[in-house]
Amino acid sequence: MNFMASKQPENSLLGPESDSQRTLYPYVTGTSVVALKYKDGILMAADMGGSYGSTLRYKSVERMKPIGKHSLLGASGEISDFQEILRYLDELILYDNMWDDGNSLGPKEVHNYLTRVMYNRRNKFNPLWNSLVLGGVKNGQKYLGTVSMIGVNFEDNHVATGFGNHLARPILRQEWHENLSFEDGVRLLEKCMRVLLYRDRSAVNKLQIAKITEDGVTISQPYSLKTYWEFSAFENPAQGAIGSW
Amino acid sequence: MFRNQYDTDVTTWSPAGRLFQVEYAMEAVKQGSATIGLRSKTHVVLGCVNKANSELSSHQKKIFKVDDHIGVAIAGLTADGRVLSRYMRNECINYNFTYESPLPVGRLVVQLADKAQVCTQRSWKRPYGVGLLVAGLDESGAHLYYNCPSGNYFEYQAFAIGSRSQAAKTYLERRFENFADSSRDDLVKDALMAIRETLQGETLKSSICTVAVVGVGEPFHILDQETVQQMINAFEIVGEQEGPAAEPDAAAGQEAAAEQGGSTDEGVAPMDI
Repeated sequence: MNFMASKQPENSLLGPESDSQRTLYPYVTGTSVVALKYKDGILMAADMGGSYGSTLRYKSVERMKPIGKHSLLGASGEISDFQEILRYLDELILYDNMWDDGNSLGPKEVHNYLTRVMYNRRNKFNPLWNSLVLGGVKNGQKYLGTVSMIGVNFEDNHVATGFGNHLARPILRQEWHENLSFEDGVRLLEKCMRVLLYRDRSAVNKLQIAKITEDGVTISQPYSLKTYWEFSAFENPAQGAIGSW
Repeated sequence: MFRNQYDTDVTTWSPAGRLFQVEYAMEAVKQGSATIGLRSKTHVVLGCVNKANSELSSHQKKIFKVDDHIGVAIAGLTADGRVLSRYMRNECINYNFTYESPLPVGRLVVQLADKAQVCTQRSWKRPYGVGLLVAGLDESGAHLYYNCPSGNYFEYQAFAIGSRSQAAKTYLERRFENFADSSRDDLVKDALMAIRETLQGETLKSSICTVAVVGVGEPFHILDQETVQQMINAFEIVGEQEGPAAEPDAAAGQEAAAEQGGSTDEGVAPMDI
């Protein structure tokens, strides 16, 4: 560390003197979020785990929150940065409501606001270490988008963060279609979350599924997925394996 | 007048509780050339009288596009109006960049009003000497607002400002109840008629007026001179009488002739009724 007296004030963002003020690596992290559009709106799923490195430290972390009247935000990555983002959005929605004029920020506006925030932080080399999923319905229009910590943003019919991109998206590409019913949507999300539970080491078996429609947001009570560990491939995983590990 | 004692600067109240500088600024609006606005549920039309100082010069620009969904027409000190238009354009662009969504016109109007209010409460400033008719769309449909130098703003179904605007206001007052369900073209025709009222007998030509439209599915744009002249011709043929019964017949007949004429001659439609 630097023991010499520093001429710069502690809160300066210039240069390496102020490393203690920049995000360098995440500490308490959430894993994948998966979301899809269905007939009446958006369905989103995330488990309730907050990992501290390789330790599954916190098991009741709510990683999805409603934003205003029309949006739902799910986050993976650093939990404290997610809480900071919720504070930013709280202020944004507050000012929006204070206009009291019949106009309100919809999911598209919130998504773009978040993109600006994430991208600007990335440009200052002080990112909010999150991958965000923003879904919502306004005036019958469904919206589902994602923003990463470097400001990459896009919309799609189904999105996921982290491991979800590798394990859940292929399932969704095969099985998602327009106008899924609520039950089919939940079934599809559970299928994705089960695969993630088996294969992602930072997943915990306690998840919530959130739904947002024109009428508002509902986040389910936490529940667990049934798992099956008696597959013969699990019994002797190294059988037939080639290679040094 | 008797009020010269308390009118030196904007931060001095008169004993009667008036700010004379603000009232003088509103007088400046009344000196500007006439500007009118009217709206239906889905469209807003702005129109103004544009008289050039001499035949050699061009006329003052009084209608400004602020964004695809907002436009403004001004009366009074046009330089002040230009500066405020630039502010409005800036606000719209910044909002659009952050939220990828159009700035609701109601919010822009409040920001504009607050900006004007600041100038009524600083001793080193003066009020803006321009009245603005702001036409725009937001979630709840089409809106027309009037922003005063005093920092007040009002929403209107139809309004007119500037010199001889009372004549236009009288015309609009007689008909405003029908505007909500008017078609876009009828709205433009009513705007042109209202402008004509302010001309006190002078012939209405597209070279001395400007008309702009914004609506659901129609971005704000200023109509070109030929289109305006064609619309003027469509109702002028009826003569000075404005009987509402006579207009639809003449308009229907004229439109048929105009279509035939339009293909052969780019300019004025042949009037052979």
